[in-house]
Amino acid sequence: MEKRVVFNDRLLPYLLVAPQMIITLTFFFWPTGQAIWQSVLVEDAFGGNSKFVWFDNFTYLLKDPSYYESGRITLVFSFLVATLGLALSLLLAVMADRIIRGASAYKTILVWPYAVAPAVAGVLFGFLFNPSVGTVSWMLKGIGIDFNYVTNGNQALILIVIASIWNQVSYNFLFFLAGLQSIPKSLIEAAAIDGAGPGRRFWDIVFPLLSPTGFFLLVINVLYAFIGTFGVVASLTQGGPGQATNILVYKVYNDGFRGQDLGSSSAQSVILMIIMVLLTFIQFRFIERRVHY
Amino acid sequence: MVENRPFVTFLSHLVVILGLIIIAFPVWMTFVAATHDQETMLRQPVPIWPGTHLYENLVTVLTEGYKSRPGSVPLIVTLINSMVMALGVAIGKILISIISAFAIVYFRFPLRMTFFWAIFVTLMLPVEVRIVPTYGVVASLGMLDSYSGLIIPLIASATATFLFRQFFLSVPDELAEAARVDGASPMRFFWDILLPMSRTSIAALFVIQFIYGWNQYLWPLLITTKESFYTVVMTVSRQANVADSVPAWNLLMAMALLAMLPPVLVVVFMQRQFVRGLVETEK
Repeated sequence: MEKRVVFNDRLLPYLLVAPQMIITLTFFFWPTGQAIWQSVLVEDAFGGNSKFVWFDNFTYLLKDPSYYESGRITLVFSFLVATLGLALSLLLAVMADRIIRGASAYKTILVWPYAVAPAVAGVLFGFLFNPSVGTVSWMLKGIGIDFNYVTNGNQALILIVIASIWNQVSYNFLFFLAGLQSIPKSLIEAAAIDGAGPGRRFWDIVFPLLSPTGFFLLVINVLYAFIGTFGVVASLTQGGPGQATNILVYKVYNDGFRGQDLGSSSAQSVILMIIMVLLTFIQFRFIERRVHY
Repeated sequence: MVENRPFVTFLSHLVVILGLIIIAFPVWMTFVAATHDQETMLRQPVPIWPGTHLYENLVTVLTEGYKSRPGSVPLIVTLINSMVMALGVAIGKILISIISAFAIVYFRFPLRMTFFWAIFVTLMLPVEVRIVPTYGVVASLGMLDSYSGLIIPLIASATATFLFRQFFLSVPDELAEAARVDGASPMRFFWDILLPMSRTSIAALFVIQFIYGWNQYLWPLLITTKESFYTVVMTVSRQANVADSVPAWNLLMAMALLAMLPPVLVVVFMQRQFVRGLVETEK
């Protein structure tokens, strides 16, 4: 889409885009270029000399079992966050959509978690599930489950999944609710007159009409699980115990800043960038087919 | 409501209320923990109803921070830093995006589409995935431990530019035409016509970007070493992870409470702009 009516000025448009372009070039293109450049270099321990090593950093990485482990954990983690998170928010949205009285009060409480920083959400859940004082871990003890995310890797992963879903649920809920409210009531009424019950109406009418929203949210949630959950992991588990919650984005940071392995960290950055670009591409490829609110 | 099914309606309420209780529970427990003294919060099970120590806990963390140990900083300092950072990021993003969107929509000039795509690609790579080199650039510019280092690298934003571009494209051409016929300069048109019309978009964007700026964790963690530049979110997370023989959960949770209060208030009181901002920035 383009404007028919435009202004003529030689210098002005450049001045107007200059601030944005200067910041983008300095803090985006320059570091991105450096990440790519560093990913083909190896630096010695004192940071003085670096050597061009072609794709050695990548080959090392792809031979490294801990990198595959991190990738596997990221996939499991993203799958759980996206599927469980979407299922839960869809359930809440469908139910909230049915409710007329008190709907806005429900909505106000449901939008809270979005405003809580992932890092703070991590602290909240660390408290609730703390092995010695946590309320939830105490309740779990009551039913015979010994929950200790500090020592048990699987439980640590479950905990970061729960905290991440909690943090993202309001976002999904709001989009699902908007999607539900955009479905014409006449369709539902027609089905009801033909004798379809609520379950049948949901699966045959509402669900298919909601699928564009669902697909969009799926991509957003996978992106969120890959990148946005950094704060949750950093606050709760720091990738541990062992490697149990060391998702890719945390590993980039951990290897780069704590391990001081710039080459490997940059190579990981580059791989993560490629994944991000692919996901964003998928998102935009399908965005046209999305429902309009 | 298509038909009256009392049981299904009852079930809907039940599910939503259960969901609300589960979702509100972590926040409730944070509040409760912040209202007790340290000893109470060390005995499992911890209380689930508020106590009487909220005020003194808040005063303690605001003026002294979490206990008196190295690295603890009065929370009031970090809250001010977070406020400066969140406002800086939100206002900065809006400023640079609205003028660049204006240029891209209302002018034809060489390299226009190059600029557009250059801004577009920033959408794909958030700071977390290119963290090491971005840190290097900021360090070499001498921007560590400064407000400009906290704010400026985060204000390049494709979403805001796209939102304004989208909005400008929906503004009727007649307005620009009339302005031109009347001899108004482009900037005059921008100030007197476009800017007032963009008010609701600006408000929606402000809410989203304020939350984004306030909730930054990794960036302030990396580039601040002086306590006087710590932000509240990173401070809470950092204190929560210090190994501690006798943790003061009451103080820690009072800090968490203060860290989430401003963005939660913004969302609750500007809910309409918030929902609008969420939906629009994703288009």
